[in-house]
Amino acid sequence: MDARNGDLRIGVYVCHCGTNIAATVDVKAVAEYAAALPGVVVSREYKYMCSDPGQELIRQDIVELKLNRIVVASCSPLLHEETFRGAVAKGGLNPFCFQMVNIREHDSWVHQDRQRATEKAIALVRAAIRRVALHKPLEKKRVPIHPDVLIVGGGIAGIHAALTLANAGKHVYLVEREPTIGGNMAKFDKTFPTLDCAACILTPKMTAVKKHPNITLWTLSEVTEVQGYVGNFEIAVTRKPRYINEDLCVGCLECIEACVYKQAKVPDEFNLGLGKRRPIYISFPQAVPQIPVIDPETCIDFKTGRCKKTCIEACGDRHAVDLKQQPKQETIKVGAIILATGYQTFDARKVPDYGYGVYPNVYTAPEVERLINASGPTGGEVILRDGRKPQSIGIIHCVGSRDENTNKWCSRVCCMYSLKLAHLLKERTGAEVYNFYIDMRAAGKAYEEFYHKLLEEGVHMIRGRVAEVTDWAVTPEEEGKLVMRAEDTLISFVRRVPVDMVVLSVGLVPHEDAKDVRRLFNISCSSEGWFLERHPKLAPVNTFTDGIFIAGACQAPKDIPDAVGQAGSAAAEAMVLIDTGYVEMEPNTAYILEEECSGCKTCIPLCPYSAITFLADKKIAHINEVLCKGCGTCVAACPSGSIKQNLFEDEEIFEEIRGVLANA
Amino acid sequence: MTKPAAVPKNPKPKVAFYWCASCGGCEETVLDLDERVLDVVAAVDIVFWPVALDFKRHDVEALPDGSILAAFVNGAVRTTEQEEMAHLLRKKAKVLVALGSCAQLGGIAGLANLSSREGILQSSYCESPSTVNAEKVFPQTLYKENGYSVSLPGLFETVCSLDQVVDVDYYLPGCPPTPKLLWDAVHVLLGGELPPKGTVLAPDRALCEECPRKDTRPEKLTLKEFKRPQDAVIDEATCVLAQGVVCLGPATRSGCEALCPQGNMPCTGCFGPTSRVRDYGAKALSAISSIIDSNDPEEIEKIVHTVPDPVGTFYRYSLPASLLRRKKIDEALKTK
Repeated sequence: MDARNGDLRIGVYVCHCGTNIAATVDVKAVAEYAAALPGVVVSREYKYMCSDPGQELIRQDIVELKLNRIVVASCSPLLHEETFRGAVAKGGLNPFCFQMVNIREHDSWVHQDRQRATEKAIALVRAAIRRVALHKPLEKKRVPIHPDVLIVGGGIAGIHAALTLANAGKHVYLVEREPTIGGNMAKFDKTFPTLDCAACILTPKMTAVKKHPNITLWTLSEVTEVQGYVGNFEIAVTRKPRYINEDLCVGCLECIEACVYKQAKVPDEFNLGLGKRRPIYISFPQAVPQIPVIDPETCIDFKTGRCKKTCIEACGDRHAVDLKQQPKQETIKVGAIILATGYQTFDARKVPDYGYGVYPNVYTAPEVERLINASGPTGGEVILRDGRKPQSIGIIHCVGSRDENTNKWCSRVCCMYSLKLAHLLKERTGAEVYNFYIDMRAAGKAYEEFYHKLLEEGVHMIRGRVAEVTDWAVTPEEEGKLVMRAEDTLISFVRRVPVDMVVLSVGLVPHEDAKDVRRLFNISCSSEGWFLERHPKLAPVNTFTDGIFIAGACQAPKDIPDAVGQAGSAAAEAMVLIDTGYVEMEPNTAYILEEECSGCKTCIPLCPYSAITFLADKKIAHINEVLCKGCGTCVAACPSGSIKQNLFEDEEIFEEIRGVLANA
Repeated sequence: MTKPAAVPKNPKPKVAFYWCASCGGCEETVLDLDERVLDVVAAVDIVFWPVALDFKRHDVEALPDGSILAAFVNGAVRTTEQEEMAHLLRKKAKVLVALGSCAQLGGIAGLANLSSREGILQSSYCESPSTVNAEKVFPQTLYKENGYSVSLPGLFETVCSLDQVVDVDYYLPGCPPTPKLLWDAVHVLLGGELPPKGTVLAPDRALCEECPRKDTRPEKLTLKEFKRPQDAVIDEATCVLAQGVVCLGPATRSGCEALCPQGNMPCTGCFGPTSRVRDYGAKALSAISSIIDSNDPEEIEKIVHTVPDPVGTFYRYSLPASLLRRKKIDEALKTK
């Protein structure tokens, strides 16, 4: 044991965690073993160390037994390191004179043999006791927080978070890459289960964003660089040219009417290609900002330079049309970031059996949303691509969800939106509607009731996954129809249902570029590509990167109420951070031994947080303590051992290894 | 840390030199003191120096214990004789200095730890192309003929650094140490102000510190390929590592005044690690591999293979003193 600690007085506390640990590890034996080790003054076991009485035990022992080092053997430090550091501090001891041993996740939960699990716990505790002897008192540093917030993504989640923060007096930068905010919700016709019009409830919030003095709205913009750390991020945003000056445009839309294209000829992105637009256009009537955008790919002036520029003429004295507009770089400082980048829908072409892209009358659900929308390409009339009105419609649930071949997850919203579409389609067309489902998932407020309402309306429900959609008729009544073949599993019978229109209820998937966004913001993704929350239950909007929060469907498929709920929660978390005014930095940072560094620069490109710079005058490396996250990369790489890390000094680690191996 | 007892100035202090498993280069260092060797001789009595003076082992044995001021032992320890001499000199000397890489870390000789004793003997006495040994005669520790017997030292399975055999007070690094370091060391020992036991008598920063090419290393250096010195035309002014040649300067203790880079060659690491590094090769490897410019496992594999002999590159002077010390003997037997 280290000579510096001649008067070492260690307290060891072994937690039962109810039966989580005690069922597999003989906690009493562990505590008794520890009691006999050199330096250990007291060793106890207790049912729940994290409880108030458990923490009080530590505090009291520190005071009464004059302990100067504490070891707690319980669960993961991720859960309770802060708890126990707090208890240690309450006893008047530096909170870093403490070591936590994980005998739950690392031991009792992953082993069955009680004797061997106990031996492992003993080895881990022994290692911690030897390590903690070398711990030095450390101080947390405080860094002030910038009060502004960046929100990426202007869908319903981003909008709600922005308004919540702005109403609380925080300045928000809302960055959206499309020409308008509103996201997916703006494209929906009605929302389940209440059947209220999506635009009617969404557009007031969109307008409120535009009007709010505390919100800076940047559409057609993308975050291109993220530097800094919690409380002090530096963000570069690229604002793509709209070719209309937002400050000068009054939103009269006369330029659109004046375009030399008298007929709209370009497939309209907002309507998923079902309608047409001009090269100068506005996404939808209630778009925010209410400012047209010019698409340089199709504008004659951009393509040939020889256009009459009737748009400029129509704009007249306002001079808002600016065909020379260039991308603009903005740099902002924010203290917190909320990512609300949403989802995209599953590409139905990946299930060729359903014929999407082959049979014109196979639609995806988002297309049908536009088709039945009053401001959609058909003015809300359900007219098929071949001009007919459908008499019979089949809706296939779980396309790209709950499927070994595509995505295993349940997309959570498809059952309900399929029912909603069934209702709306029946209402608009009077057609017979068949829902092919695997299970009906209606676990939300008033969702089950909505399902029952649909059953009463006479929508056909067939329990079975559709095997294929084909135009190969085998009976006269199938001629000219799309035939849906599926086993009705409730009657164990294979059915062929001829219909005029097939709707594919496509699942929700992460954005194609979600991985790039993840890297840009340095957060984690699940293996499926959804942004990873810090804890699935207890920190659902936090990420593993401090100061960055997630809201809405970028985290996992969710419906509007859940997305809004999460957005509010993310806003509240951001507010907590900002109103605290400062962040405490973990002291487990790396530092350069200035007298020893040879200035070889090996460490500089390795730091994932760009925390290391080269001091030109002293010709040595320097670590910005505030930027350092304590990952240890530079410490391991420093060829001359001239970088050390608090709480991870070589001797502490070697002593821990010796402790583990002492009886091996 | 405890300091060895102070050294009395009168009468003339006694000094011994000895070589174990070494090439003789460290002895050259003593000769490379040039005329200054005369100053050394004037200041001390050399009581033992097999390479130059005709004192025998029994002369050393006859000296009282602790009567030699300092014994400088170079070479690794790999025979029973070397082990005995190390113990003898330890007993007779107040201060035992491990001179050079082999004594300090095991050195080039230590690369024998990649083989087994049996493999080494097979290779040297049977399999090498220049050997004719039809009777398969191997060296024996004892041989009797007509009532007479002759003996040879036994060869160990594993090569050791000096401090793995006896207690060592100081280390002089290098293959060989420079005359300047030796001169400074002699002065320190004669001066009586002894540094803490275990000190390596050289600066404790890495070589880049004193390399004249230091400023030419870019801040963000990453490489797609490593070149061997013979395959590269090395520019004389810029950082050798930045030119893609594995230079171990960043991991290696300074003190040689960057002799190899000054001679337009990469540092191969003979001065060993700084005091803060437990395993030289692991650190050097970690530093060099961290500048590989790829995230693709296959490409990384290819780049890694441009260093054809990783152990010989990163542990060239320090395998016996590393955490692993040697190749497992059963593995070594398989490959010889």
